[in-house]
Amino acid sequence: MKTFKNILILGIYVLALVFGTMSFTEKNTTDIVGGYDIGDKVKDVNLKDVTGEMVSFADYDSAKGFIVIFTCNTCPYAVASEDRINALDAEFKEKGYPVIAINPNNPDVQPDDTFELMQTKASDKNFSFPYLYDASSTVYAQFGAAKTPHVYILQKEDDSLVVKYIGAIDDSVRSAAGVSKRYAADAVNALLNGQKVPLTKTKAIGCSVKV
Amino acid sequence: MKQFIGMFVFLALFSCKDSSTKTTSENLSEAATKAEEREVEVANDSEIPIYSFAEFEPLLHKKDGTTYVVNFWATWCKPCIKEMPYFEELAAKYKDDNVEVIFVSLDFPRLLEKQVIPFIKENNIKSKVVLLDDTGANEWIPKVDEFWSGAIPATLIYRNDYRKFYEGPFDFEKLESAVKEVLKP
Repeated sequence: MKTFKNILILGIYVLALVFGTMSFTEKNTTDIVGGYDIGDKVKDVNLKDVTGEMVSFADYDSAKGFIVIFTCNTCPYAVASEDRINALDAEFKEKGYPVIAINPNNPDVQPDDTFELMQTKASDKNFSFPYLYDASSTVYAQFGAAKTPHVYILQKEDDSLVVKYIGAIDDSVRSAAGVSKRYAADAVNALLNGQKVPLTKTKAIGCSVKV
Repeated sequence: MKQFIGMFVFLALFSCKDSSTKTTSENLSEAATKAEEREVEVANDSEIPIYSFAEFEPLLHKKDGTTYVVNFWATWCKPCIKEMPYFEELAAKYKDDNVEVIFVSLDFPRLLEKQVIPFIKENNIKSKVVLLDDTGANEWIPKVDEFWSGAIPATLIYRNDYRKFYEGPFDFEKLESAVKEVLKP
């Protein structure tokens, strides 16, 4: 009986050690976001717009591509970008690259990112583009969006949508007045002209996606 | 036997929960909201410098043997202000081990006096705070760390040439073990 008890205690120690090491490893691992890279083919989405309608890329027969922007109601950097997002849609929708905005945040974590407040935001700011709700928090992960705002520019190639640009709207997220390089617009213009996107990946400070 | 297993499973679950980052520190969040809501008059001679990246960059490359914990945050970033007390606790605990915390605010510069300074005062933040104001983040983000997406919170821990970068929030335990890793000879 005593031997059995000793073995049992030893077993518990071993298990504790294994679990302890596991949690230690977990603690030291920085979150590495997967998702799409340049040249990857994009799976279609089916998300609810603030109008209540479901929206997919396939709905846009005549589009040449899309400017997909992960954004939200709350992040001050996203808010500072709202006018610039409207401007991108105004500039490129007619040319075949409409903006599709997606809110990836979970309102349980970020209370002001509810669907209802998205509707308020879209109407207050006269969003000219769909503002979709990633209710199941799967689309942001599919793309690998890490923050808001986070832009993905897609181009139609045969029957596929291919990622051509990932990154920032421009080089001055905090203030429109400070913009000297319009990365996203430059990328779309290059695609429209049949050229290579000059800068396929850029970085900007943003709010982490809250899920 | 069953009891033993039951107890073990309970302990394992408990320790998992304990090591998650969802420790709350609602006081700070509330304070931040308060700071956002009210306007506070603060003198111009604030102790928070506004740096361009060129001015700020030397703080990322000091070689004086001190362990620097450089945390990128903003007053409106909830996970950032939630983890700030852990950095303060760390700075106090490792004061004699040459550990220095630097909070790098990415707030809008125009809100320095209205939000950042009141927040620092209200929460009695003792560590050094600077505000980084530079456009062209595409150029400077990779100079902090090539793997940084640009999302905050983010933290760089370095001593001389040894450096580790973390994107995402810390709890105290995680932060302490990250610093210990850099501290060890």
